Amino acid sequence: MNITLNYESLSLGRKILMILDLKTKVDKLGIEDRVSRITKRSLKSEAKLQGLKMILSMIDLTTLEGMDTDKRVEQLCYKATHLHQEFPDLPNVAAVCVYPNMVKTASNFLKDSEVKVASVATAFPSGNSSLEVKIQETKEAVFNGAEEIDMVISRGKFHSGEYNYVFDEIAIIKENCGDKARLKVILETGELGDYDHIRLASEIAIKAGADFIKTSTGKIKPAATLPITLVMLEAIKDHYYNTGKMVGMKPAGGISNSKLALQYLIMVKETLGNLWLDKHWFRFGASSLANDVLMQLLKQKTGFYQSNNYFSKD
Amino acid sequence: MSSKIKSLNYNGKWDFSSSIESIENLSILKEYQLFINGKFQKPVDKKYFPSINPTNEQQLTRIAKAESKDVDLAVNSARAAFNGQWGKISGKERAKYIYRIARIIQEKSKELAIVETLDGGKPIRESRDIDIPLAAAHFFYYAGWSDKLKYAFPNKTPKPLGVVGQIIPWNFPLMMAAWKIAPALATGNTVVLKPAESTSVTALLLAEIIKEAELPPGVVNIITGDGSTGNLLVNHSDVNKIAFTGSTEVGKSIMESISGTNKRSTMELGGKAANIIFEDAPLDQAVEGVINGIFFNQGHVCCAGSRLFIQESVYDVVLRKLKDRMQSLLVGNPLDKNTDIGAVNSKQQLSTIHKYIDIGVKEGADIFQLNCELPKSGYWCPPTLFTNVSQSHRIAKEEIFGPVLAVQTFRTTQEVINKANNTPYGLSAGVWTDKGSKAFNLAAKLKAGVIWANTYNKFDPTSPFGGYKESGHGREGGLHGLSPYLNLE
Repeated sequence: MNITLNYESLSLGRKILMILDLKTKVDKLGIEDRVSRITKRSLKSEAKLQGLKMILSMIDLTTLEGMDTDKRVEQLCYKATHLHQEFPDLPNVAAVCVYPNMVKTASNFLKDSEVKVASVATAFPSGNSSLEVKIQETKEAVFNGAEEIDMVISRGKFHSGEYNYVFDEIAIIKENCGDKARLKVILETGELGDYDHIRLASEIAIKAGADFIKTSTGKIKPAATLPITLVMLEAIKDHYYNTGKMVGMKPAGGISNSKLALQYLIMVKETLGNLWLDKHWFRFGASSLANDVLMQLLKQKTGFYQSNNYFSKD
Repeated sequence: MSSKIKSLNYNGKWDFSSSIESIENLSILKEYQLFINGKFQKPVDKKYFPSINPTNEQQLTRIAKAESKDVDLAVNSARAAFNGQWGKISGKERAKYIYRIARIIQEKSKELAIVETLDGGKPIRESRDIDIPLAAAHFFYYAGWSDKLKYAFPNKTPKPLGVVGQIIPWNFPLMMAAWKIAPALATGNTVVLKPAESTSVTALLLAEIIKEAELPPGVVNIITGDGSTGNLLVNHSDVNKIAFTGSTEVGKSIMESISGTNKRSTMELGGKAANIIFEDAPLDQAVEGVINGIFFNQGHVCCAGSRLFIQESVYDVVLRKLKDRMQSLLVGNPLDKNTDIGAVNSKQQLSTIHKYIDIGVKEGADIFQLNCELPKSGYWCPPTLFTNVSQSHRIAKEEIFGPVLAVQTFRTTQEVINKANNTPYGLSAGVWTDKGSKAFNLAAKLKAGVIWANTYNKFDPTSPFGGYKESGHGREGGLHGLSPYLNLE
C-alpha cells in the first residue's frame, strides 16, 4: 500500500477564510433553555414504541478497549445480528464500531448482514500522530472492509488556531475513504471548551466533507450532552439551508438509557425534522444502550420490567 | 441561501401519541361564591354567570356575580380588618401568613395548574412550569420583605395605604392574583380583588388557600363579576388605591373615574413590543426567543413580542428558520403535556384576533400560518405571521393579544430604535445581539419598561415590571413593587 501525500494539490485551505467570516454565534443560555423544553416532551404508547425501535436501528454497537480480542469482537457482532429472540421483528443495530486491527474480524462476521462495519482511525482517540500515519491507518481500515470511518480531529491544532490544518486533514481522510466508506468526524467536544468552539469545529468538519459529525470518542468526559448535540444539529441545519446537502449526526458516549436516547431523538425531530429520523443520518455511539432499549421494549410488550439477567451482556 | 432548498418537514413520520393530564381526581364545584370576610358567601342578589371551558365551549362551573351591596360588604370587611388586627400585627407576623400561602400553593400546584388550563385554555406545560411556580415565588419573595420595609426605604416611615382594590386580567389568572396580593399584604394593606370574568376559578381556589392559611377574616376579599363589578370597586369611596392590569382602554376609563379623588393607582396595560434581531445575533436562539415572545400563552401576553424587526442582511435566513420552527409547534388540547399552543381564551377574543388577521390581509401584508388541523369545537387560532409589513399597517400598530406576529426589517441601529419607539405603548422589548455594548445601548434608548437581551418573556419576582406611556405606570415586582402600596413620609 502506498502513502500519497496529495493534500497540497487540494488547496482547500483557502476556503477556511470564508468559514471564519460566517462564524455563527451560539448563546449558551438559549441553547440550554431549548434543551430543557425538549426534555419536557412526553412520550407515550405507540410513539414510545416506535421511538425505541428507531433507537435500536441507529445504534453503533461499540467496543474500543485496549483488551479487545477477536473473540470479543465476534461476540459483539453476534449480538448485533441477534438482538433478542423474543422479538423476531426487531431491527438490527446500524453498525459495529471497532479499532482498525479488528476490522477484518468484524467484516468477516458481518459480511452477509446489513450491519455496517465502522472503524475508528487517525490515531484514535488523541489524534496525535503524523498525517502520514493517519492516512495509512484509514487506508488499511477501508481496505480491510470498513464501511464507515470514525476519525478524530486534531484538537491541539484547533486550539492553536490552525483551522486550515484541521480542515485539510479532514479533507484528505475523506479523500482516502473514497466512495467505499462514509466519514464520521469526531470533534471530541469535551476538549473544545465552549459552544462557540463546538459550532466552529462543526462547520470546519462539515465544509471539509464530513458525512457525519460526531461528538466524542467516549474516552473523555463530558462526552455527548444534549446541549452540545443541539449546537451541532443547528450547524447541520444551516449547512442544509445553504447547500441543500444533508450531513449526519452521531452523539457518542454517556447515552446509556432509553429515556435519554429518546430525548436525543425528539431533539432531532424538532430541529431537523423527518429526513434525519433515519439510521443513514443519525446514530448513537453506545455500548450499553441496546440492552436498556430492549428492556423497555419488552416492558411495553409484557407490561413488566425483566431482570437485566435476561439480557445478554456482550 | 437558496430558496430552492426544500423546507424541513416535522410531522407525519414520528408523531407524539396523546399524553393527557388526568382530571379524574379533580373536584371543581358546580357553583362558586364570593369570598368576603373570610367566608364564602352567596351574592345578595343571587345572580351567577357561567365560566366556559374554551376548548369545548361547555360550562365548567358558574360563578357568583357581585353587585353593589356585595362590593360594599367586601370593602367594609377589608376596612374593618385594616382597622383591626391586621393593622396592628408586626411585619414578621404578616410574613408568616404570606409564607404559609406560598407553601400551600406549592403543595396544591398540580391541581391549580390543571384548573388554570381547564378554565383558561393555556397549555398545561405553561401553567405547570410557569404560572403556578411563579405565583408561589411571588408570595415567597414578598413574604421576605414584610419585616424589612424600613430597610427598603431608609430614613422613611413606610405606612400602608389602607384598602386596595385590585382588578386582574384573564391571561395569567393565578399569577396576576399573586402579583397583586403578595406585595399588598407584605406592606400591611387589606385587599379586595376582582378576577377576570372568564377566569375566576383559580382565584377562588386561592381564596380557599387563604382560608386554610388562617389569614384573619377580611384581609383578602375576592369578589367575582364582569366589568360592572370592577366599576363598582373602582368608584367605591372607601378604597385607597386601585391596582389594575388589563387593556389600555379600560385603564384610561379607570384613570378618568378616579381623577379628582385621592385614590392612588398602578396601571399595567397593553403593549406592542419590538423584538429586534441584529445580524450578529445567535440566530437559532433568537428564533426560539421570537417563538416564546409571541406564541407563549397564545399571544395573550401584554408584553408579547408582537413586532419583529430583523436586520435586512439576515432577513431571509431568520424567516426561513422561523417558519420551519413554527411548523414544529403543536396546537391542540391544552391538557396534553406536549401541546405548545392551547385554546384562545374566549369567543370574544377569537373574533378580535380574526378581525386583525383580516385587516392584515386587506392591508396587503403576506400571511403565513401553521398548517395544522384544529379541533372542531372551542376557540383556536394557529400561529400566524405577517411579512411585508410597515410601521403604518394597523397590525403593526395596534395590540392584537393573539398569536399574530408582524415582521418588519431595518438597516441601522438608529433606524430600529426610531421604529421600535414609534408606538403609543412602551411595556417591553427584546434585543438579540452577540455584542454586549449594543445590547446596553439599546436598553438605554428603547422607551419600554422591560428590555430583555438574548431572551424573552422571562419573569422573576425580584425584577420590576411595568410600562412607559400608554402601557401604564407604577411597577410590580422587586423592591420597586413595594412603594406603590406605601405612604412614604
